[in-house]
Amino acid sequence: MSDGEENRDVVLRVKDLKKYFELHVGMFKLWGEPIYVKAVDGISFDIHRGEVLGLVGESGCGKTTTGRLLTRLEDPTAGSILFHGEDIAKLKGKQLKEYRRNVQMIFQDPYESLNPRFTVLKTVMEPLIIHGIGETYEDRVEMVIKALEDAELKPAEEYLERFPHELSGGQRQRVAIARALVLRPQFIVADEPVSMLDVSIRAGVMNLMLDLKDKYGIPILFITHDIAVARYMSNRIAVMYLGKIVEMGETDEVIFNPLHPYTKALISAVPVPDPDHKHGRVEIKGEIPSPINLPTGCRFWPRCPYAQRGLCDVKDPPLVEVRKGHYVACHFAEKFAEGVEVPKKELAIA
Amino acid sequence: MAKLLLDIKDLSIHYKIQAGWVYAVDGVSFILQRGETLGLVGESGCGKTTTGYGITQLLASNAYIKDGSKVIFDGRDLIEMSTVPDKKFPGYRRIVEYHPEMRKYRWKRISMIFQGAMNAFNPVFKVGDQIIEAILTHEDITEEEARKRVEELYEMVGIPKDRIDNYPHEYSGGMKQRAMIAMALALSPDIIIADEPTTALDVVTQDKILGEMARLQKENGVAMIIITHDVSVVAEMAHKMAVMYAGHLVETGSTRQVFKETAHPYMEALLKAFPSIKGEKKRLEAIPGSPPDLSNPPKGCRFAPRCPYAKDICLEKEPPVVEVAPGHFSKCHFAEELYGELGGEVNE
Repeated sequence: MSDGEENRDVVLRVKDLKKYFELHVGMFKLWGEPIYVKAVDGISFDIHRGEVLGLVGESGCGKTTTGRLLTRLEDPTAGSILFHGEDIAKLKGKQLKEYRRNVQMIFQDPYESLNPRFTVLKTVMEPLIIHGIGETYEDRVEMVIKALEDAELKPAEEYLERFPHELSGGQRQRVAIARALVLRPQFIVADEPVSMLDVSIRAGVMNLMLDLKDKYGIPILFITHDIAVARYMSNRIAVMYLGKIVEMGETDEVIFNPLHPYTKALISAVPVPDPDHKHGRVEIKGEIPSPINLPTGCRFWPRCPYAQRGLCDVKDPPLVEVRKGHYVACHFAEKFAEGVEVPKKELAIA
Repeated sequence: MAKLLLDIKDLSIHYKIQAGWVYAVDGVSFILQRGETLGLVGESGCGKTTTGYGITQLLASNAYIKDGSKVIFDGRDLIEMSTVPDKKFPGYRRIVEYHPEMRKYRWKRISMIFQGAMNAFNPVFKVGDQIIEAILTHEDITEEEARKRVEELYEMVGIPKDRIDNYPHEYSGGMKQRAMIAMALALSPDIIIADEPTTALDVVTQDKILGEMARLQKENGVAMIIITHDVSVVAEMAHKMAVMYAGHLVETGSTRQVFKETAHPYMEALLKAFPSIKGEKKRLEAIPGSPPDLSNPPKGCRFAPRCPYAKDICLEKEPPVVEVAPGHFSKCHFAEELYGELGGEVNE
């Protein structure tokens, strides 16, 4: 694929995106430097047409903040978000509203993301009214019905006058999907959309999202902590750790040949629904440090079995392409890729 | 060590609500040997937590236990011991609150790891003091001795000793869960009932806690009931498993039997809907419809309205429990026909 073609395919290009939250620590704010939580600290990736990019990581790694930055629910501290080549990181007013029409979000909790006093009709019609789409009320009702049918709430007429409390969890999430679809967005951010749903319901909602992606080619940023779910949904996976992407690549390449020690640990920790599966114990120590006091150098070194003093605790490894389309941020990534043995070190936990 | 510890027979727990009854747990039977781990799986609202809490009768005040239910723990029927026939609702038994004998069983012999360890500790007391209190309530030892035991327990579950005098908010999520496990082990119980012990935790922490629980279980020979919605946790932890659906136990057997030689359509459907990171990627199959309303459950098999194999009889008659192989039971009219036919294995 030539560069030009590749660029045409890119719907969203994120470059060195940062979000620092200032921490208000009472009186201490009066003097000294302000303290920042570096929730997202310089991440870059592309999302192509018709693809699902799975963003995985543990709680507090910055994956939700990333999603909120892309929908501009948060203002970035630095960096750019190119949407069809136009930087939307600093959009305001009318232009921002126009962008928000094109980018929709599906939230985790279908019990909280729907207004309990709105009927399904009103919920799904609201975005149309806000963005002034549809000439008449009847036009809009028609669009709502189409969106509900797309979300497999059939026959749609039966759902129009219902309230959220009359729907099951799966149905509610389908209403949230219909609400996102009704504007015919060009990009969807889905933040843990199935983690509140039971197994038997979850598969249906995941299949629905995959089918809609195929039907309309809408790219999805799929944020989840569940790696098995991410594998099922995504074409590519990006793994985040403490505000940075540590590994990114084709889904099964990352799952079966992880090169970053953190990804390796994360994947070996995933329980498998097979009693014969023997899995190794995770080798990493401790728990995620607080994003206020980040370790120097590579953020993972205090927990990493391969960390080397003088290198890992000093120099932050960049995200480099180790194999075609497989990016890793580790000083030893190339050695891991070539199968060269890297000595393990016992380092004290910082 | 194969000695019968817990024998639950025909346990039915119903909740009284204004509009009638919720048949949360209906006719559940299973046994547990000493030192064995049982995984109790099912979706939300299937009655798995009510079953678990029903063993120690830590239930809401509108919960009533049906006559004929038995929870025989180490030879003694706990239901007979601490419930009395209810006057208002004939055929039901009422739980006697703070029953003095039941309190001797709770924690001393049957301890619990509660769902969401984040909130299980009292935020205004030091974590260590809360464990010490639990020990002193049941055992006649000095506070110094109890503290020493807490130190040993902390070492066992992998928390530094100097954390004993911290408050709960100073612990991370994983550490609170470890402390909860330490507290559950404090009185060397015969059985630990763990309700979603790792659901709120991240995957790396979950893996460590599960590893820790498996190790402690082996070393101390304590029996365990793990209540969870996650079949992969059961696959990893449990010797045997019980699958619940809408208040009924639909399949029980060794974990291997249930996973590899599935005998109930619900378990098959559950496995087909569950994504895995192992093997080839296959399209998941959703289960159509949703679980029934337990205040008005279907007349026949409760899974029948969603079951691809359902026939007329399934909608009419409650299926019997059939033993398809030694120790492997399925509550299905067609258990024997379907046994060996169901594609239970995930992504293989």
